[in-house]
Amino acid sequence: MKALVAVKRVVDYNVKVRVRADHTGVETANVKMSMNPFDEIAIEEALRLREAGTVEEVIAVSAGVQQCQETIRTALAMGADRGVLVLTDVELQPLAVAKLLKAVIDKEGPEIVIIGKQAIDDDCNQTGQMLAALLGWPQATFASKVSIGQGDAEVTREVDGGLETIKLKLPMVVTTDLRLNEPRYASLPNIMKAKKKPIVTMTPDELGVDVTPRLVTLKVEEPVKRQGGVKVGSVEELVTKLKTEARVI
Amino acid sequence: MTILVVAEHDNRSVKPATLNAVAAAVEISQAGAGDIHILVVGQDCRAAADAAAKIAGAAKVLIADDSAYGHGLAENVAPLLVALAPNYSHLLAPATTQGKNLMPRVAALLDVMQISDISGVVSQDTFVRPIYAGNALATVRSKDAIKVITVRGTAFPPGEAEGGAAAIEAVSGPGAAGLSEFVKAELSKSERPELTSARVIISGGRGMQSGDNFHLLEAVADKLGAAVGASRAAVDAGFVPNDYQVGQTGKIVAPELYIAVGISGAIQHLAGMKDSKVIVAINKDEEAPIFQIADYGLVGDLFKILPELDAELAKRQQ
Repeated sequence: MKALVAVKRVVDYNVKVRVRADHTGVETANVKMSMNPFDEIAIEEALRLREAGTVEEVIAVSAGVQQCQETIRTALAMGADRGVLVLTDVELQPLAVAKLLKAVIDKEGPEIVIIGKQAIDDDCNQTGQMLAALLGWPQATFASKVSIGQGDAEVTREVDGGLETIKLKLPMVVTTDLRLNEPRYASLPNIMKAKKKPIVTMTPDELGVDVTPRLVTLKVEEPVKRQGGVKVGSVEELVTKLKTEARVI
Repeated sequence: MTILVVAEHDNRSVKPATLNAVAAAVEISQAGAGDIHILVVGQDCRAAADAAAKIAGAAKVLIADDSAYGHGLAENVAPLLVALAPNYSHLLAPATTQGKNLMPRVAALLDVMQISDISGVVSQDTFVRPIYAGNALATVRSKDAIKVITVRGTAFPPGEAEGGAAAIEAVSGPGAAGLSEFVKAELSKSERPELTSARVIISGGRGMQSGDNFHLLEAVADKLGAAVGASRAAVDAGFVPNDYQVGQTGKIVAPELYIAVGISGAIQHLAGMKDSKVIVAINKDEEAPIFQIADYGLVGDLFKILPELDAELAKRQQ
């Protein structure tokens, strides 16, 4: 079977983001961009399924501006077989991304789709669930363990109270949580090899998808900064201050 | 038009996160929307529906009691919400793992964009939500006819659990979709309060060095009636399970008192706890970023400080 993995280009997780002076968004010019960390976990899981012989081919898909090709190259350098770039300058929101991915999936016919549970820029946590809905497939969100069987799969999910295991019919959508695996680094030879792997480019129009944003961002602001307090010299002083000054214990 | 809040419950009682979501619904209602209904969807969930009917502000409680809904599988529950949706202008759920799993599936089936994890209500169609781990706040307006929303609990003080007397009405949906089934749950057993509703939280980071050392935190937690949390670094290192995790990718908390022990204060951790009322940081590195947001900082070796803290609290409790 084929595995399809969606990867998003986001501001690197180490960058301290700054709100633009005109409050239209955060500064992304001259800022380091990387693959969304949860998507690295998604690629890694697909590669492990290929290495286990469950999956024959891993396809990495990204949607957005031309530079998203770099994110796909990262996936290819990790080991994905080929890439698909859906090229658009329009701001993409999760519903539009889910529709684009569905259109690509209708062409490619994967039986397992793996996506990061959440992008660390918009923190939406929606695309995988939306994609599963549009496809009429089951969804295994926040996965920490994936076992593929014959025509079905068992997935352990990270839920608020602990862990939950569900059984799903294939094809299915999986969204990754932190403990699913530890993504590999791309080796230099694999980075070189990735340059020769094919990436097909298509547009939302070619896929017949309307990507017009449904949410209008009116403004983006900095949250109120929390002020640092005082250092205390001893445990006794700390407990006294918590009792008599802060009155929280 | 009317607002529907999907209750978080365990079939017997309603979870506190529901009260935060109802509080957000009350704000939307005050901004001009209509009544608030609460949906209790589960299996043998009558007791939870009875509890929901007492929540102040609820005009009606819908109960969908079916074996297909026992474990809240999104594949089964989403079609029920889609069937109910034409009667509502807003569908709300707490931004818990349950709500986050379910609501985007509902939104896509309705062809609307979900508004995730709102922290403020500006008007019936305009909401504030944190982005970039809470380092920016976006104000967004939805152009969709039905607003599908998840609610950040810490941003809306919980409404009253008692005082209402809503009528309970049974509803039913298509039942099982046949796509997924529940196998098992391994829930963390703890006598301590839940992280997201605890009044006091004590969390450990990489500085704890091992999972075994968390007993030092637990001793203090028991003195304070606190929940025990952890940073992502501590979870990644395998010290504790993921359901302990406080941060951008874990739980968002805002207790009265948050004690961060051996936690440096990475952006992604601060995102999950910086709205706490009082923050205490205990760390051996006096340059650790956590001290920049802590109300009270104590520099030193946590392996020395935690037993001292435990003893000091014991002494004062006598």
